[in-house]
Amino acid sequence: MTIAADHRETNSAVQVEQWLRVYRQMVSIRLFEEQVNELYTRALMPGLAHLYIGEEAVAVGICEALRPDDYITSTHRGHGHCLAKGATPDRMFAELLGKEAGYCRGKGGSMHIADPATGNLGANAIVAGSVGIATGAALSAKRLGTDRVAVCFFGEGALGQGLLYEVMNLAQLWKLPVIYVCENNLYNEYTHYTETTAGDIPARATAFGILAETVDGQDVRNVFATAKRLVDRGRCGEGPAFLVCNTYRYHGHHVGDINREYYRPKTEEQHWKADRDPIKLLADWLKRENLVEAEALDRIHAEVASEMEAAVKFALAAPYPKPEEVQEDVYA
Amino acid sequence: MPEANARELTFAQAIREALSEEMRRDPHVCILGEDVAEAGTPFKVLSGLVEEFGAYRVLDTPISEAGFTGIAVGAAMTGLRPIVDIMFGDFITLTMDQMVNQAAKVHYMSGGKWKVPMVMRTTLGATRRSAAQHSQSLHAWFSHVPGLKVVLPSTPYDAKGLLKTAIRDENPVVFFEDKMMYKLKGMVPAEEYTIPFGVADVKRAGDDITIVATSSMVQVALGAAELLEKSGISAEVIDPRTTWPLDEKTLIESAKKTSRVIVVDEGYGRYGVTAEIASVIAEGAFYDLDAPVKRMGAMHVPIPFSPPLEDLTVPTEKSVAGAAQALCSRD
Repeated sequence: MTIAADHRETNSAVQVEQWLRVYRQMVSIRLFEEQVNELYTRALMPGLAHLYIGEEAVAVGICEALRPDDYITSTHRGHGHCLAKGATPDRMFAELLGKEAGYCRGKGGSMHIADPATGNLGANAIVAGSVGIATGAALSAKRLGTDRVAVCFFGEGALGQGLLYEVMNLAQLWKLPVIYVCENNLYNEYTHYTETTAGDIPARATAFGILAETVDGQDVRNVFATAKRLVDRGRCGEGPAFLVCNTYRYHGHHVGDINREYYRPKTEEQHWKADRDPIKLLADWLKRENLVEAEALDRIHAEVASEMEAAVKFALAAPYPKPEEVQEDVYA
Repeated sequence: MPEANARELTFAQAIREALSEEMRRDPHVCILGEDVAEAGTPFKVLSGLVEEFGAYRVLDTPISEAGFTGIAVGAAMTGLRPIVDIMFGDFITLTMDQMVNQAAKVHYMSGGKWKVPMVMRTTLGATRRSAAQHSQSLHAWFSHVPGLKVVLPSTPYDAKGLLKTAIRDENPVVFFEDKMMYKLKGMVPAEEYTIPFGVADVKRAGDDITIVATSSMVQVALGAAELLEKSGISAEVIDPRTTWPLDEKTLIESAKKTSRVIVVDEGYGRYGVTAEIASVIAEGAFYDLDAPVKRMGAMHVPIPFSPPLEDLTVPTEKSVAGAAQALCSRD
């Protein structure tokens, strides 16, 4: 065996390890959200739950391209982003249940998970509400010379908010290291995006001179490769980028949005689940390339499933915050 | 106030001095806003700062108030200490989501983990013949929101000391400057000093009536107190200086001492700052009051352009003195 071949071998082992990590992360999000659905429908979770199931490849592919100290901002449909950036399921569930052990001591809930330790500037319940925050984090990175990058996740519904265009203009003028990731899951709540969105989506960024690309958001390898390129570019001082990830939300806008036929046909949902599932697509590729045995993937599923069960158990047993905490943290 | 090295500065100079001292002290302090660099803003408050600190720290922005305010929120969370300049207080409406839903709530929603040490400097006040969209005093809006602090300086001395405190505060602080006051002169020490939030200042001591006044109305109240003195009424003028935190104790104590109170503020009275302060005094000093608390503020109309009309909308020395006399003539 030549040295070159040996090198290739190591490289591919590293790659297999990476794709298995990516696979596990997507499965984690899927099973986390299935538990959320369960908790919510059993009336154990208060508030609102917006599930990320179907869109896992976007969060995981993008965050795989980030360093732990890079920043993200997230959305009301944010569990996937937070997990992909490094949040642990036990404290996530605890937050969703309003418990003291949660990431925000129970004060934020499902739509406001934030965690400085993983660079998570916060999920945001105002559509496009965090585009300024992400761009500001990129300004800090540039000013402080940290070479960090900020990723701003938002759904295609955020394309309707003017703030996005104000900050994209500034990001390009100031060449800030921010990646605007538009998750196009086709629906602004209960309305197909073509009814709300004129023109071409990437053109909204190219109008500012921002590099814009579009990827199949169900193909995690493609999402990762593109994100890696855009993130590296931002890190080198080449400015912002805009990435449209075409994806699909398997569930309703929120848990409880059950009768969806008035805005989308069942056949459409079935098509995405059967033919476009991001976890299945990666599994098929790994098996087709003989990179992994089916049993290894099954093992990952089983491990993640028991991890999620333990995390839910932890959160259910965890205490609520004490009453005196209601007035803490209003001011720093 | 240490008198030894005090100099006479205008309100604008005091603001500029606070900014430049803090920018020298802390390299993370930066300014964002429209025409803040070479132009130094239309009021010329920031003249000279870009020459000293560079365009890297004094950043001219497009006319995108919401955008650069949102950027300041994120920058504050991640290590900078931005000061955003909102040219006219009327334009704060454009920043409302970023200030109210983002800046004010980040610390609480994150369970105390993220902080937003930013300052928004903006203006208030009518009688500049600028009509309805450049003349409002909207500080009550931000005073209503938990998570924000609101500062209303009324002298060059207060402006400098309070702005330095605002810049060092770990929370979002909104700093309202009366644009008619930029040329007001006053003594300012050369030595370093700061003024804590939540401490009212007795601008003039008196025994017969308390006039609680904010920002632009402090000078009006002091003028009214002069007029009242001529008719034998001794008025105490108290400036809360910050609407949140609010120094309730000093206001209540003065009300108990004089037993009569007028609250005057250039914002709208309805659901406004005067309503809140009157309520604090009524709750805290009810049994010591000899008359109902009187409130005076902007007339409840959009600010008109025509000068004789505009002048009718704002309390004056004469109208405040008249109201005080009426209160003092009650049994």
